[in-house]
Amino acid sequence: MKLRAAVLALFLVGLPAGIASAAEQAEQPGQDTYVAPLADPILEARAKAMQKELRCLVCQGQSIDESNAPLAADLRRLIRQQMEAGQSDEQIKDFLVARYGAFVLMKPPVRFDTYILWFGPGLLLVLGAGVIGATIMRAKRRLATDPASDDLDLHS
Amino acid sequence: MTGELGQLALCLALALSLVQALAGFIGAHEGNLRIMAMSRGAALGSFVFVALAFFTLMYAYITSDFSVLAVAENSHTAKPLIYKISGVWGNHEGSMVLWLLILGAYSAAIAMTQPVGEGENTKLGARALGVQALIAIAFLVFVLLTSDPFLRFYPPPFEGNGLNPLLQDPGLAFHPPMLYLGYVGLSAAFSFAAAALLDSRNDAAWVRAARPFALTAWTALTLGIAAGSWWAYYTLGWGGFWFWDPVENASLMPWLIATALIHSMMATERTGAFKSWTLLLAITAFSFSLIGTFLVRSGVLNSVHAFANDPRRGLFILLILFVAITAPLALFAWKAPKLSPGAPFDVASRETGILINNLLLTASAAIVLTGTLYPLVLDAAEGIKISVGPPYYSATVIPLMAILAVAMPFGPIMLWRRGNLRAALYSLRFAGAAALVVLLAVLAIARPYSTLGVMAGGLGTWLIAGSITDLARRAGSWRRVRHLGAAAFSVALAHAGLGVTAFGVAGTAIWKSEGIEVLSPGKSMAIANYQLRLDSTERVQGPNYVADRASITVFSGGKQITVIHPEKREYPVEQMATSNSSIRTTVISDLYVVLGDPRDGGGWVVRAYVNPLAPFIWIGALIMAMAGFIAIGARIAVRIRSARSQTAAGLTEAAE
Repeated sequence: MKLRAAVLALFLVGLPAGIASAAEQAEQPGQDTYVAPLADPILEARAKAMQKELRCLVCQGQSIDESNAPLAADLRRLIRQQMEAGQSDEQIKDFLVARYGAFVLMKPPVRFDTYILWFGPGLLLVLGAGVIGATIMRAKRRLATDPASDDLDLHS
Repeated sequence: MTGELGQLALCLALALSLVQALAGFIGAHEGNLRIMAMSRGAALGSFVFVALAFFTLMYAYITSDFSVLAVAENSHTAKPLIYKISGVWGNHEGSMVLWLLILGAYSAAIAMTQPVGEGENTKLGARALGVQALIAIAFLVFVLLTSDPFLRFYPPPFEGNGLNPLLQDPGLAFHPPMLYLGYVGLSAAFSFAAAALLDSRNDAAWVRAARPFALTAWTALTLGIAAGSWWAYYTLGWGGFWFWDPVENASLMPWLIATALIHSMMATERTGAFKSWTLLLAITAFSFSLIGTFLVRSGVLNSVHAFANDPRRGLFILLILFVAITAPLALFAWKAPKLSPGAPFDVASRETGILINNLLLTASAAIVLTGTLYPLVLDAAEGIKISVGPPYYSATVIPLMAILAVAMPFGPIMLWRRGNLRAALYSLRFAGAAALVVLLAVLAIARPYSTLGVMAGGLGTWLIAGSITDLARRAGSWRRVRHLGAAAFSVALAHAGLGVTAFGVAGTAIWKSEGIEVLSPGKSMAIANYQLRLDSTERVQGPNYVADRASITVFSGGKQITVIHPEKREYPVEQMATSNSSIRTTVISDLYVVLGDPRDGGGWVVRAYVNPLAPFIWIGALIMAMAGFIAIGARIAVRIRSARSQTAAGLTEAAE
């Protein structure tokens, strides 16, 4: 049971639903979640890196790298098989997206329905920078015209 | 009987909160000291009754009173006492009572610390208590109508359902109360800001009153988040400490805004700069607490459908959220134009530094909010499911944090109002050199190469060396450093603490080594510079679980260092298994060993990690929290001193 999200949620929430889903996803004894590493260290490193970018679909917010759920183990195995068969990272990801949808990618794709997600914060930052720049310039102008309360001890 | 007592206590607390609100607002409006005193009395009384309800509930848990539904669903007689107690807030109903208890404690603290005599500040305190009471009323009604923790049912079961074993952990006994102390503490800053707006005054008085509460909230949030991530680190069995999970994000967002707030308050209190902005931040900070509460409480995170299945609670909190955000913002929009403008400052000044801090922190909070809500909105609107995971936040939040870290050492070194950038750069030349040396060293030595790691090494050093520079510069000489005031230490520690955490995060996230092998007794595996030999496994019986317990001897350089005992526990009541990893730390790095499943052909899966600098993550957080404690302590000391001198002055007057 490695479901930090479910657990934290039900801890803070205490939703019975959360408990139920956590229990469903609990480790089932006897399930083999061990995936033997590949003999080729370069391939294995590639597989490890890719594991971090794929979501464990039955867990809450965990990558298949950090889940003990049987599905996560299956996907770890699948990645390795495909890599040994000579598939590229892109091909494997495309295969998984075709099978499970974009939900499987930890990094959301950049497309029209995620523009707000990817560019919204940047836009906000630029806007905020503008506002703050204006605030600073205004404060500076007032400093020139209004030397009031310069007797304040501000030197610390 | 006790359950009904608790329910009655909550009802009485509600009645007293109504008195507190009415007396606070009316008393302040009429300038009537006796009515305002009534509000303070009601606040204390309301706190006492909420506390009574809370302890009644705790009593039901301790005595395993399964006729109370919440107890039967979340407790069990075989559970150790500490987890019976922590089980009180391990579920929705109980955690709401804890929320109320802490809210009541803050109200009581406001009632006891604010001035009581003639004067504008007494009115400010009374209005703040009024706002505080409105929040309490909203949540008391919420608890009584939708989440009654004392609900009985018949017939009571013979045994309870138990508590999720992952929550049966000392780390998590401590984590939620700390987090709530932070979340709810922001309500005090919010109440004072709202009171200042109601009073149409934006001088520094409200900031002076609210700052100790904001500092307390920030310190508690820091500790609460650190405790949560530490718990994740050692219980989840993967050595991960932060997952950018919506529930974690719910606690990170208020922390980011609270950090912005305590900085902005510093400027407003000290020089009177950007007064309106600080008001807005105080409102925003508590709004983020409420958003976090909504996200976690409503079930919307589990799935949009879970929310739709039981919408009562979610809608209620959404309503509270809506009112709590729009009402003060409307008030702000109405009053802000009438408020006096903030004090002026030059481009090169500490004020500018604080504005940059505020921009980056609020932008980060906005990113985290977008990343948390976007998948929910997209799913609800279009039925399209996407994941927003760690890679998104690494690409967006981390760069902002890096810019922030570059700017941080300049803040304390620049003077208020009119600073000198060139002089600041000159002061920081040694810090810059140190940062460069470490950056190059990481670049040269650490493998595999990582841009993020190189940056973290350089920036972490920059923060720590910057703090040391600031202390040395303020004191004038090394020998005089210990005579510096608490404020200087507090700032230096807080900034250096973040540097320490940066080391830990980079070390663990980037340069962790790991190995997974199937070991039969007598066999060894190698990880980094350790050899691990599985000696034996045995079946052991715990109070409410059975476990497979391994004995693994750890060697380093051919020498035996220690024997560790990772466990795999099964909790029969909850029908769940947990991995209790063993961590052997040298502070510089952690050896982290997990016992996996037995294999059909004999032997056990053993996973081992070496996490370089992992303890630094939490050491840094503790340093930051210590900075918070020092700042709060200094404020209390000032208060006591001024109270004493006032008493002394009063006595002299009386004697004359």
